[in-house]
Amino acid sequence: MPRIGIFICHCGSNIAGTVDIEKSIEAARGFPGVVHVDEYRYLCSELGQDLIKKAIEEHNLDRVVVGTCSPRMHEVTFRKAVTEAGLNPYLLEVANIREHCSWVHKDIEKATPKAIALLRAAAAKAALNDPLVAPSVEVEKRALVIGGGIAGIQAALDIAEAGYIVDVVEREPSIGGRMAQLEKTFPTLDCSACILTPKMVEVAQHPNVSLLTYSEVEEVKGFVGQFDVKIKQKARYVDPVKCTGCGICYEKCPAKTPSEFEMGLAKRKAIYVPFPQAVPNIPVIDRDACLYFRKGRCQICAQECPPQAIDYEQQDQIIERRYGAIIVATGFDQMNPSHYGEYGYGQHPDILTGLEFERLFNASGPTGGKVVRLSDGKPPKKVVFIQCVGSRDKARGMNYCSKICCMYTAKQAILLKEKVPDAKSYVFYIDVRTAGKGYEEFQRRAAEEYDVAYLRGQVGKIFPESDHLMVHGVDSLSGKTIEIKADMVVLAVASVARADAPEVGRLVGINSDSYNFFNEAHPKLKPVETHTAGIFIAGACQAPKDIPETVAQASAAAVKVVGLLSKDMLQGEACTAEVNQAECSGCLYCEAVCPYSAISPVEIEERYHGGTLKRTVVEVNPTLCHGCGSCTVVCRSGTINLKGFSNEQILAEVDAICLQR
Amino acid sequence: MSAALNETSADWEPLVVAFCCNWCSYAGGDLAGTSRMSYPANVKVIRVPCCGRMNPMFVLRAFQRGADGVLVAGCHPGDCHYSTGNYHGRRRLSAFKRLFEFAGFEPERFEVRWISSSEGDKFAEEMETMTAKIKALGPNRKMRDARWQSVTQSK
Repeated sequence: MPRIGIFICHCGSNIAGTVDIEKSIEAARGFPGVVHVDEYRYLCSELGQDLIKKAIEEHNLDRVVVGTCSPRMHEVTFRKAVTEAGLNPYLLEVANIREHCSWVHKDIEKATPKAIALLRAAAAKAALNDPLVAPSVEVEKRALVIGGGIAGIQAALDIAEAGYIVDVVEREPSIGGRMAQLEKTFPTLDCSACILTPKMVEVAQHPNVSLLTYSEVEEVKGFVGQFDVKIKQKARYVDPVKCTGCGICYEKCPAKTPSEFEMGLAKRKAIYVPFPQAVPNIPVIDRDACLYFRKGRCQICAQECPPQAIDYEQQDQIIERRYGAIIVATGFDQMNPSHYGEYGYGQHPDILTGLEFERLFNASGPTGGKVVRLSDGKPPKKVVFIQCVGSRDKARGMNYCSKICCMYTAKQAILLKEKVPDAKSYVFYIDVRTAGKGYEEFQRRAAEEYDVAYLRGQVGKIFPESDHLMVHGVDSLSGKTIEIKADMVVLAVASVARADAPEVGRLVGINSDSYNFFNEAHPKLKPVETHTAGIFIAGACQAPKDIPETVAQASAAAVKVVGLLSKDMLQGEACTAEVNQAECSGCLYCEAVCPYSAISPVEIEERYHGGTLKRTVVEVNPTLCHGCGSCTVVCRSGTINLKGFSNEQILAEVDAICLQR
Repeated sequence: MSAALNETSADWEPLVVAFCCNWCSYAGGDLAGTSRMSYPANVKVIRVPCCGRMNPMFVLRAFQRGADGVLVAGCHPGDCHYSTGNYHGRRRLSAFKRLFEFAGFEPERFEVRWISSSEGDKFAEEMETMTAKIKALGPNRKMRDARWQSVTQSK
């Protein structure tokens, strides 16, 4: 027979105001197995905890029930207290008589019997509690960052600086991400490359960082502390050790194809680096464009390469490594606005998206830094910017605000005026949103000092007329229709999740919102954690955000990773499933429902009528099990149980609660 | 026989057992408390890790022991702490509800609801609605024979 002690907390008057403590004590004394009942004003206080500890000793208690606030609040506190008195922490049970009773019922006549029923249920469960031990998990002191944009770079640097080894996996041939594509950054007009490239070099040269560019994560298995990851390093067909980055190969290469980095506005060679400041500065051969791979002849790059670094026989490599923690920083895409027929995107070379227009300012961009019309090479005198193309649009786009467009449009209008002094910009907007340090001032400057005309309203139609684009819009403030004979139109298209974000989410085991942006564990208090322990998110893969926010989030994620890696061991889940293999029929239904692949079939030998018999049963890996209990319900032989929430314990609670009938 | 069965008058109070998943609905119940919302004391909550942990046998046991209504509450589909637990729970418990009705119970006595940890108001509302519904239905008589046996045995 267990020796149960029950302790009822007044919580000042929070509980005692609506629950009759005296009556509860009286009732508790009569519960089966209860040998000691006490009460205290604030049980969670040090004195309250001491009261429990002393009673455990004095009355030789082997189970403790506390009638207090929610177990989600103080279960940990009281588990610690009973541990200090020599009891296993899982021999404690909490009856939630505050959040689930005294705070939601006003009538003491009704709240008191309910509190008694909850205490009785907790005591009935406690009587069946077993001492449990959480498995310890060794922490692999190495982090993985997926994505080598500014978020990934910042996170990797912070982790490396804290003294831990970190690998950065980047799909493209170079790190840098979206920020590398930008000319200037708002609101300071810093040259994007000037602030980014030193960081790219720093992360590449850091002794604690390994860059795995032109690589993709193929598989993630395991759990916090021990993620086993397979990374595919795609063949570059260039030996990174021999290559000196001289660039002769891509100078001589005869095959051209549209450049992804230039948003298709310029061509690159089949052997290429995406942009001049690429890190690492090692070219890759694009098999789909290369004449040798397509037609079997050419090999000019191999002939011209001074250190003979070209290797057409190079194969994709699979790297298998274990990581303690993972940061996902995979960034964002731009929405393709082709389905907005009225804007005519894709039908005229002078209708561009914001990022395409950005490339025109860049000295190494498609126009060599000259802002000109792609149709005739003349500088544009009138440019119309259209905001919220696909953002804040329930019907045809995304419900959300893309957050960065108002600011980069103001930036581009300022830069345009500086490059083409007689240019005039018009911005069609719904609302101008400039929350952020120095942002409002910056946008004001665009409107007041750079003569940018802000027109509240929408554009209904754009069509080419001789060498112009006729923009028909409505100014919703004056109610008048507006016609602008524009030279160029720039669409501030929505920032959207990467097309393969759902796949990446499934791969690493994190979930997404309805727009495929990755979900944080809590919108306010856990902004970089995910629901999967040990996996963190940073940057625009979580939601559209600007560079300062991205960097802040990346550093936050890095701190979480460093905190995790600083531990040698992690405590796993104690309430895990266990199977009685002697009774297991080997139906394997449990294996099918387990979301963590914690259950696997295993062959055992049994003695049977003098001989031995081999049969398949299951085993549970307690370090993989999270304790959801799905397996217990499908078990045909009723022989998988969940420790801490066993069938017997739950049924005992049911019986105790229904005893009043 | 316990008193509850004989009472059919206005002062009869139903017993509603609510199984709540630890991560969403139980926390939603906590929020109802911290927000000082109010719902009938007829509802008693049992904490389970996930609604995928819910064996229909727990529900039947509650009815057998005299519960007048049983409610299972879990995370909204897609939000399960264990990724897929509530999908298993949803499929199993909706099939069970059909079976429950087929076996001659009023199907309204057994409900499944999705309540997130931020929906304290919804938690209170659902408990209020469930209690009112069961009050209107009256006591669970279907299993009184099974109960009579268990009561005598326990004495």
